Amino acid sequence: MSVLDALRIAVRAIIANRLRSLLTLLGLVIGVSSVIALIAVGQGTQQGVSDQIRGLGTDLIFVEPSAAATTQQGGGSALITTTLTQADAQAIAANGNPAISAVTSHITGDTQAIAGANNVGAESVFTFSNYAEVRDLEVSSGSFIAPSHDNAGSLVAVLGARVAETLYPGVDPIGQEVRLSFLAGRVVFGFTVIGVLQEVGGAADADDQVFVPLTGLANRFRFLYTPSGDLRVTQINVQTTPGANTEEVKQQVSDLLLFRHNRTDPDFTIESQDDLLDAASEVANTLSILLGSIAGISLLVGGIGVMNIMLVSVTERTREIGIRRAVGATATDIVNQFVTEALALSVFGGVLGILIGVAASLLVDGSSVGDQEITTVIQAWSIAAAFGVSAGIGLLSGLYPAWRATVIDPIAALRNE
Amino acid sequence: MIRLEAVRKTFIAGETRIHALNGVNLEIERGEFVAIMGQSGSGKSTLMNIIGLLDRPDEGAYLLSGQNVAGLSEHARARLRGTAFGFVFQSYSLLPRMSALEQVELPLIYQGVRDRRRRAAEALVRVGLAERIGHKPTQLSGGEQQRVAIARSLVVDPLVVLADEPTGALDTATGREVMTLLSDLVDQHGMTIILVTHEPEVAAFAHRTVRMRDGNIVEDTGARTTSTMASQ
Repeated sequence: MSVLDALRIAVRAIIANRLRSLLTLLGLVIGVSSVIALIAVGQGTQQGVSDQIRGLGTDLIFVEPSAAATTQQGGGSALITTTLTQADAQAIAANGNPAISAVTSHITGDTQAIAGANNVGAESVFTFSNYAEVRDLEVSSGSFIAPSHDNAGSLVAVLGARVAETLYPGVDPIGQEVRLSFLAGRVVFGFTVIGVLQEVGGAADADDQVFVPLTGLANRFRFLYTPSGDLRVTQINVQTTPGANTEEVKQQVSDLLLFRHNRTDPDFTIESQDDLLDAASEVANTLSILLGSIAGISLLVGGIGVMNIMLVSVTERTREIGIRRAVGATATDIVNQFVTEALALSVFGGVLGILIGVAASLLVDGSSVGDQEITTVIQAWSIAAAFGVSAGIGLLSGLYPAWRATVIDPIAALRNE
Repeated sequence: MIRLEAVRKTFIAGETRIHALNGVNLEIERGEFVAIMGQSGSGKSTLMNIIGLLDRPDEGAYLLSGQNVAGLSEHARARLRGTAFGFVFQSYSLLPRMSALEQVELPLIYQGVRDRRRRAAEALVRVGLAERIGHKPTQLSGGEQQRVAIARSLVVDPLVVLADEPTGALDTATGREVMTLLSDLVDQHGMTIILVTHEPEVAAFAHRTVRMRDGNIVEDTGARTTSTMASQ
């Protein structure tokens, strides 16, 4: 019997049992499409996080107060308990290390930005004039914080692109007053807008942030000064020169801070952008594997569905098998018939699943759940794997019923009415 | 052409052993029309299954055109079954949802024959169903369905057509038509037919009667006599 004949018989049998074939297909389609879509979501998340970390700037090293240091001092917010100061940042910059090109520092805080009737939740970054340079930020209008603002402790603000859009729709924000509400509205200060940043796009933070001179805020919140008169900061950003040995710079910065803090064990953590990328990829990979496994299980269940249907089909078609054997079909012919039928079902289900999976991935891409934007990245390997598994399951789930079909006694089968 | 020597077949049902065939010797020549008669349980169906290679004997030799086929592999028996025998069953044994033409094509598919459609159509014309080629079993009468089954048995140009109670599901008049068709195949086309039946009126169409009881042949009206007569 030719392959074409086997295929024709299979397609006829599938069409003859339309509803049953459709339900069987459904299992496979759901399995294959969910493998593709969920892996696309996992990979999209991974790429989103990577983009976000890369969007922070280039060649950055982040110094933060360590969790141990903050809890040792009786909890409270990192702001109160941080042992890092602006003087630390200046010392790192003043060290004359040729591998370090710039150093900035900042405090971040959740604030509500208010302008007239409009308001938006925005993270405020209290920092210095060189922050824009270290973080690769450009203004689209006005200017960023200037050194003169640092020195004077000016109450000025630079807005992220989305913040500006929300607060001042159709109005030039420069020169307007933006009020920032701290501590759930208990404290509100006004700032003069001096600049708006270019849109960074994607999952970057800067679009949703407001930038204010730390010295200006410290004029209002005196506790931001240590008893010895240094400004407290919650993060120091060290930019290394291109091609610098990041690990070496981390060590040098660490040594300097240990010396300045007069400690042997660090009260801070130092991480490079690569460290963050690695950690984030690991988390995202775990997510991908988790999602992929769940989808894989549904694919397996779909495959068992095919086997189940093929078994029912063999039992139902005992008489047909008897007739075919009486007219000269060999056991191999019968095996081929049922395996071809199972394969045709699962290949068709696989193709349909790919189409739906890809369509779902494209549809979900860019939509958001809560305030989290979902990005999907369709992986060729996930398509290949899902299709391969469904075809493989089809083959396997056809084999057993097919074997069952061959051990049917043709005489008994013919008597079966 | 067909030669059975001391063929035995035993079935085990629970603890009792049933000797379906108890050392049967039988010889059938080309062009014969043989009716195998007997009550149910006499072994006549087992004999037909063994002749048609649907079953194999426990003991004894089965020579088909001089070749001993008792020891053939399952695969080889299936291949030989498809080319050497055509089957006609009491219940028509047609596949649902297939047109008459497709039913008749079926044996040719398994032989990998090329001009299946033409040969199947010719076989249907031979049994007088030229007008019913595209009809499905549900659109055909019992007699027409049995004619389709006969066409399907003829399409491979078999050595022997094996008919198991071919009129069992038909009324008398239709049954007579089917038997006349089978007789014509023997008389006009030299086909060899072995008919299994328990009805004397049906057996009367055959030229030779083999009567079975308890796994033994108890009466044989004589080999070749009728076929010799027919050729005269």
